Amino acid sequence: MMVDASAPPTRRAVVPLRQGTIARRGSVFLSRHPRLRLSLLLGAPLFWLGLVYIAALAALLITALWTVDSFTGQISQTWTVDNIVAVLTGSLYQTVTLRTLGVALLVTIIDIVIALPIAFYMAKVASPRAQRILVIAILMPLWASYLVKAYAWRSVLSQGGIFEWLVSPFGGHSPGYGLPATIITLSYLWLPYVILPIYAGLERVPDSLLEASGDLGGGTWSTLRLVVLPMIWPAIIAGSIFSFSLSLGDYITVNIVGGANQMLGNLVYTNVGAANNLPLAAAIALVPILIIFAYLAAVRRTGALNNL
Amino acid sequence: MRLSRSARGLLAAITAVVLALIYLPLLVVFVNSFSTSQNLTWPPPGFTLGWWAKAFQSDGALDAVLTSLQVALASTAVALVLGTLISLGLQRFEFFGRDAISLLVILPIALPGIVTGIALNNAFRTGLGVQLSILTLIIAHATFCIVTVFNNVIARLRRLGTSLEDASSDLGAGIWTTFRLVTFPQLRSALFAGGLLAFALSFDEIIVTTFTAGSSVKTLPLWILDNLFRPNQAPVVNVIAVVLVLVSIIPIYFAQRIAGAEKVVR
Repeated sequence: MMVDASAPPTRRAVVPLRQGTIARRGSVFLSRHPRLRLSLLLGAPLFWLGLVYIAALAALLITALWTVDSFTGQISQTWTVDNIVAVLTGSLYQTVTLRTLGVALLVTIIDIVIALPIAFYMAKVASPRAQRILVIAILMPLWASYLVKAYAWRSVLSQGGIFEWLVSPFGGHSPGYGLPATIITLSYLWLPYVILPIYAGLERVPDSLLEASGDLGGGTWSTLRLVVLPMIWPAIIAGSIFSFSLSLGDYITVNIVGGANQMLGNLVYTNVGAANNLPLAAAIALVPILIIFAYLAAVRRTGALNNL
Repeated sequence: MRLSRSARGLLAAITAVVLALIYLPLLVVFVNSFSTSQNLTWPPPGFTLGWWAKAFQSDGALDAVLTSLQVALASTAVALVLGTLISLGLQRFEFFGRDAISLLVILPIALPGIVTGIALNNAFRTGLGVQLSILTLIIAHATFCIVTVFNNVIARLRRLGTSLEDASSDLGAGIWTTFRLVTFPQLRSALFAGGLLAFALSFDEIIVTTFTAGSSVKTLPLWILDNLFRPNQAPVVNVIAVVLVLVSIIPIYFAQRIAGAEKVVR
């Protein structure tokens, strides 16, 4: 196409070209020194994360090696591995660790199983308009307070609550308060955090690939298994990090709907608060830290950490 | 792959059922906010607007909402700046230790809140010897909010590539001008989405908050925790939850519109 050179130029942002101003000289200097540019970019955030977060974590881990004077209640800085040995060998800690791990894994699996068909419907079946409404519908419950939602489940599952009311005509019973209620409530709370990354992952799968697979004779299941699943695997893992780690540290939901059951978070909480034994609490906190690190290390290769 | 009619129907049915399940507890909250019963009896014995009137006169609740707004706005602002800086650094440069830094950003959200909470509490009080206040709370919240901004911005940067920025500097624009006129406008919706998530995360956070807020600082979740188990206050809490969900439609709607306007054909 010919371009008419005499046509009036379209309006555009005019970039001032001034030589020698400080900003200009700084800009030239920076563009010649990429290392400096990098350190200016990363300086503040790394200072923040390193100083605020990593230093605090490190200090906490060191505290695990100290002990509490049983008379004064003060932390005495004598080095000992007693706390860590107690956590590793105590049957209470072992039971609670296994229970917490079981709950976190179950919640994660339930959430993924529920999220997959919904995310697929949203990304590949629904019309763009319905898609937008569905995303809003998934996002909105996130804004109802976490506590209110946990409490709502307490009400739903209570004796004479709506659950009992709904299922009793069919001979069903409310599970009451306990581990099943905890698992239901946690799955409910973290479900949007699992749906959203999987939905985003599915959106990035081009429809043309699905059509190509169909044209080459791939059935629905083999297309899902061989084309879709490998592409959204990082997104699934990303979602699982949320549900897994949020469940692993939770102690409030289990207080509200879990009856007398304790999770790792409860043990940490009691030791920080009522028992005033920060070193033991820090030693217990090591357990979820190690589990999460193992989990992150295991999933790092999938590229999931880029999909959170 | 062609989805059969029945497969589409099945997917739609599953989606409808799960959405119903998602909204069932919220419906209970909504109905209970009008119920004359204080202890969650179902079905509700009677209808009253009393809790709604009480909620809007409750100074404690309104103060708590304001405190939460302040904390969430301040930590979102910090997270926006730090998250953008760190994603520019990690996406535009290749250097040793890059993976370690991206892990570092994820860590505050990946580790359980109670770990983050007691670590920061310990560091503030015994390490630095400062009183817990609204400031320590904002610092703590900003730390785990960085990741949401980071994820949104770095995903956008990865998709954008550098050709427009290269063109801008070839045409004589300096670093600042390029950022202001080329990079930033393309990041805007990612910043909005990331900021919205950071805001929501901070607004609803309770565990880290328990350990890092000064005793005089009452955010909304802390206030709710105080009042949830009081028979006279629980329905007021329900009212506030309903209002929050309704108000949240506005920012979510705008985020969706911005994202929808920019969406490339799939």
